Amino acid sequence: MAKLSINGRAVEVDVEADTPLLYVLRDDLKMNGAKFGCGLGQCGACTVLVDDKAVFSCMVPVSVLEGRKVTTLEGLGTIDKPGPLQRAFIEEQAAQCGYCTAGILMRAEGLLRENRRPTDAQIRERLSANLCRCGTHNRVIKAVKRAAEYLRTAATTDSNRT
Amino acid sequence: MTNKIKSAKLPSGLSRRALIANGGALVVGFSLSDALAQAPEAPPVAAAPPPPLPGSLRVAPMIDAWIRIDAAGKITVLTGKVEIGQGVKTALRQVAAEHLGVPLGSVTLVTADTARTVNEGYTAGSQTLQDSGTAIMHAAAQAREILIKIAADKLGVDAATLKAEDGFVVAADGKRLGLGELVAGDVLKVKAEPATASKLRDPKSYKVIGKSVQRVDIPDKVTGGAAFIQDFRPEGMLHARVVRPPSYGAKLASVDTARIETLPGVRGVIRDGNFLAVIAVREFQAVKAMEQLAAAAKWSEQPTMPEQASFAAWLPAQDKRAIPIRDVKGDAPAPAKTLDLEYFRPYHMHGSIGPSCGVAQFKDGDMTVWACSQGMFPLQDAVAQLIRLPKDKVRCIHLEGSGCYGHNGADDAAADAAYIAFKMPGVPIRVQWMRADEHLWEPYGAGMVMRVKAGIDAKGMLTGWDYEVFTDTHSTRPGGAGSTLVGQSIENGFKLPAPQPAPQPNGSGDRNIIPPYKVANLRLIHNFQPHMKLRVSALRGLGAYSNVFAIESAMDELAAVAGEDPVAFRLKHLVHDARATDCVKLAAEKFGWKAGAVTGRGNGRGQGVAYSRYKGLAGYCAVAVEVEVDQETGRVRLVRAVAAADSGTVVNPDGIKNQIEGGIIQSASWTIHEQVSFDRTRVLSRDWSRYPILRFSETFESVEVHVIDRPGTPFLGTGEASQGPTGAAIANALFHATGQRIRALPFTAPRVKAAIGV
Repeated sequence: MAKLSINGRAVEVDVEADTPLLYVLRDDLKMNGAKFGCGLGQCGACTVLVDDKAVFSCMVPVSVLEGRKVTTLEGLGTIDKPGPLQRAFIEEQAAQCGYCTAGILMRAEGLLRENRRPTDAQIRERLSANLCRCGTHNRVIKAVKRAAEYLRTAATTDSNRT
Repeated sequence: MTNKIKSAKLPSGLSRRALIANGGALVVGFSLSDALAQAPEAPPVAAAPPPPLPGSLRVAPMIDAWIRIDAAGKITVLTGKVEIGQGVKTALRQVAAEHLGVPLGSVTLVTADTARTVNEGYTAGSQTLQDSGTAIMHAAAQAREILIKIAADKLGVDAATLKAEDGFVVAADGKRLGLGELVAGDVLKVKAEPATASKLRDPKSYKVIGKSVQRVDIPDKVTGGAAFIQDFRPEGMLHARVVRPPSYGAKLASVDTARIETLPGVRGVIRDGNFLAVIAVREFQAVKAMEQLAAAAKWSEQPTMPEQASFAAWLPAQDKRAIPIRDVKGDAPAPAKTLDLEYFRPYHMHGSIGPSCGVAQFKDGDMTVWACSQGMFPLQDAVAQLIRLPKDKVRCIHLEGSGCYGHNGADDAAADAAYIAFKMPGVPIRVQWMRADEHLWEPYGAGMVMRVKAGIDAKGMLTGWDYEVFTDTHSTRPGGAGSTLVGQSIENGFKLPAPQPAPQPNGSGDRNIIPPYKVANLRLIHNFQPHMKLRVSALRGLGAYSNVFAIESAMDELAAVAGEDPVAFRLKHLVHDARATDCVKLAAEKFGWKAGAVTGRGNGRGQGVAYSRYKGLAGYCAVAVEVEVDQETGRVRLVRAVAAADSGTVVNPDGIKNQIEGGIIQSASWTIHEQVSFDRTRVLSRDWSRYPILRFSETFESVEVHVIDRPGTPFLGTGEASQGPTGAAIANALFHATGQRIRALPFTAPRVKAAIGV
């Protein structure tokens, strides 16, 4: 039995301890955000956040996650109320097949939690852990910059309110 | 089928077109079955055969095969094509909405499903808009007129006074009739008329076509919706994994499955000939069991492949069928200068980020297969043959997968699932390939050698062009069960049928072999060599990428020996083609191309240009790039790319930009990084570490796409338009950056470093 915190929700799953987080998310919790790509930590399609840091969920056994906070794509917003990155990806139409997009979005989320003013070079460097095959790279970079802008604007608005 | 007014019953001499032409009596044919029933049987009239119907209406002429409207006004558009990330789910809706006169959001689209849609073969060759889009456009326009006529009848007004807009037929006095009120009976169950009968919207009045509407599929994909076949989880589904052989032709010598069957969650192990699979309750249980099964399996392997290091020399020496494509002798002065050049492309992978997945269920004698491959009807044939069921007992339904870019492992994964499901009736079976399955077993894009002998006269005009391409087949698609890995693996299985080259103008390895330039003497040979030492099939553009790489590299080499600017040299050989000229000029202008400023300076930074029209009949595309070469390492840095594209009528400008941009970046990856590695026995590129592709840190600083709209002209396929020009433009830029011409792909850092000799 593994106790997990997924997108702020406590869940218990009855799986073998060596089961990677990815399979728990997809198979036990029926969540779609994290994708299987390689199972080797080479492509990033399975990226989620563990305590604000991007990790390859295909490489992390559930046994090490007790007491840690997992955030997946589903934790960033919904189709009716998309979060800033999700909105920016839709607005920039930063996808083709969209299979790699979820993992890229999560790695970008990790970056933006550290740095709300990332340079192009920082975005490129950080996203290099993820692969895209359709060639949406340049649109993705634009989308991440747009999301950073939204976050900064939101932060300014919030601080004006308080 | 309960329809009573099939168009087949229309008297042959009294076509609906004739009714339309004769002015307004159309009501007879469409709204009232009585009227039709009363039409006298006319004697057969010997008339000229009607012109072929436009697009895929040719294969499915009934309007309701494409457009259905129910009594509640719900509009369903059906296409036999599929969404593979190219945005057609959105573009086809735009086409339908525009010509029906309904809001975009009111259109539901169904993609390829053997039980519901038309058989449009494969979604390939950048033909979706051309085939399906054209069919839907005419079906929608004709359906709209049918409904207007019915409305006119109902309202007792002249049809010419009615308009279809926003989902209503609107009269001059403002009276509105919903489409649902007009569709009683089978009014759309009629045969489409030829294109000349379609009252297409005037492009000037387009409301939806030509607009960059947002893709309908992206919101789900960025919020965790069930968007992919990988997210499809029918009740009671079990997970299967296949243990594939370690090499081509390997035979399963022995395997002890007894222990595997006792592993946690395992529901069964299937061994049939060289086919080995395990089925488990949970996905990770299936993965672990698969690993143990793989470890237990003993295979006998043989060296079957040529040496990779000498492959480029080995290939042209193999058995070949020399197919002449052009042999034209014309008037030209003797060449003042000639070049004799050879270019090479290695094997490339489709390299889908998500390994292939298929789901199947065999229940009550019926097989249902959910697949992410490009052709549901060909897959239906393959599965029916594989499990020896009649075709009408097999239904194949497309669900989106990871981008496939051609014939990747998707058909195989679906066939795997179908075969396992057949052995375990009742239960939905999901087969998800592992990374190594996809890398090792997908059918690659074949290696190619291209030889060009060309001459120019004293004025720098081409005198002759002699070109040969040497390559394997570029399609081993299903078809039959012999095209699938499982079909080939099982005891008493199936053999791949002998591949055949596809004829021009589509071609296969010879796709885009015909240079777009004016030249008096032209000899083109496609050396078809189906040796199939590595598994090969259709990869985005087939031979087009390599042929354009060779043609456009050679044109650059010729421009250099002529001492001419590469853009000017191309333009003076394109004077016969105004659209090509516009395209090259626009790319050069937007790039800021400066004549003479770029030739072979060898200072580490260079610019290159290239052009092609995909297949000689689809989208036009010119690409200019700037690259920088690190003199220490030989690493090619992509600085910027500017493209111009002419796709005829633009349905979704941003969709075209996305396709051209993606094509440029994917092609850049092929060009500077990619080659499948193998030894005599095994493919070595088993994961991304042995098959590197372009990373975010390496992409261009900017990619600009300029779209030329030609409203009202035919749709021209775009999805494969930019790859060829990009590869060549990079090759040409690299030459101008280094002063060295590299003719063998890929331009990896070690190869470039060796060429520049630093």
